[in-house]
Amino acid sequence: MGALSSSTIFRKVAMALSGLFLMIFLLQHFAINITSVFSAAVFNEVSHFMGTNPLVQFVLQPILIGGVIFHFLMGFVLEWQNKKARGIKYAVFKGSANSSWMSRNMLISGATILAFLGLHFYDFWVPEIKHKYIEFLPEDPNRYHEELVHKFEDLGRVIIYVISFFFLSLHLLHGFASSFQSVGFNNKYTPLLKFIGKLYAILIPAGFAFIAIVHYLNN
Amino acid sequence: MKLTLKIWRQENATAKGGMQTYNLDDVSPDMSFLEMMDVLNEQLMAQGIDPVAFDHDCREGICGSCSMFINGEAHGPDRLITTCQLHMRKFNDGDTIHIEPFRAKPFPVIKDLVVDRSSFDRIQHAGGFVSVNTSGNTQDANALPIEKAAADKAFDAAACIGCGACVASCKNASAMLFVSAKVSQYALLPQGQVEATDRVLNMVKQMDEEGFGNCTNTGACEVECPKGISLENIARMNREYLSANLKG
Repeated sequence: MGALSSSTIFRKVAMALSGLFLMIFLLQHFAINITSVFSAAVFNEVSHFMGTNPLVQFVLQPILIGGVIFHFLMGFVLEWQNKKARGIKYAVFKGSANSSWMSRNMLISGATILAFLGLHFYDFWVPEIKHKYIEFLPEDPNRYHEELVHKFEDLGRVIIYVISFFFLSLHLLHGFASSFQSVGFNNKYTPLLKFIGKLYAILIPAGFAFIAIVHYLNN
Repeated sequence: MKLTLKIWRQENATAKGGMQTYNLDDVSPDMSFLEMMDVLNEQLMAQGIDPVAFDHDCREGICGSCSMFINGEAHGPDRLITTCQLHMRKFNDGDTIHIEPFRAKPFPVIKDLVVDRSSFDRIQHAGGFVSVNTSGNTQDANALPIEKAAADKAFDAAACIGCGACVASCKNASAMLFVSAKVSQYALLPQGQVEATDRVLNMVKQMDEEGFGNCTNTGACEVECPKGISLENIARMNREYLSANLKG
């Protein structure tokens, strides 16, 4: 296992699997959030379920946080190792001639998403934990939509969110198809997969931005 | 054509190198890039300056020796060629051309543009072969029926000349395309099955020990490869590696 975990392929596969897991999470997160635009009641109901279900709270949530931490830490470790593998830098390196900006700058888009996650946790996760496990306030199944809408009253916050979703899109534009390549999936369905990946990478972040903007405008 | 050449000069493996500027007049657009380098070296020798050391052998795109990083790309701006197949007509009169050695920790510079690519040899020695009894009873390879699609893919992978352009072009200095081509050419053929598990494990282990970087699927290697080796090979190697680990 020691030799396996130190291998470049193992690290690449682990990075891909954590990325795929986070993409599945992102999809369900979007599916829940989009209901807030159409129905406060549905959003409250689903949020209350997610916020009180023990399986979600004590099993899935720690796995998710672990996945996020692993993905980010691994990303930084790999970047450091890769820089070391080059040694002396080229005087001229024309990366744009043979690869996309997104593929060469996953660290920049990833670090932006990490900074955004700090704000996002501060906005939603920290108050939620405080409400439930520190102040032990009484549970109100109808508070979620109001709390969400309240956050998007501030134009500055909405702008930061939209910019972050743009970087999330850039990250996914490379990350989606790259994850499948890393786990060994490259065959006649790859062009279709790349197309689906582009759709996912554009539509999901655009959908999140749409939610933030709609709530700001409704305010 | 008049050119300004900015070339990496390094006395030896331990010396500190740097970019030196040379001017070259009367370069013909019909010259190959290496012929232009020959003309430069004639000029330098006439001036009593040490000529620029660079690797070259066949000068017809087969040996993979000519390891130059030209204007930010392995083998220069053209596609599916080695440096010896690059012609000066790809450049314009008055251009400044940056010429550097392939850069990677496992490719240390020996002198000027010459790098030591023996790390590739050691990876190959770790498993890039099939063991055949050559005592006189060798089975005719053609006696084994092989699906055309598999044979074609194996031949495509075997086209790799081990030049190192994949490593040089990769922002991570990863050698995955090279190693995956060597793994694939055997993994696709029945002759390669017997040693398939050990092959991929040993070759990847050696690749990692040499200090190459991690592949992040930028695809730069595939674009810059003079032989058009496909990323499909890297996916195949990943599958082979994972399945070899499961087999133990």
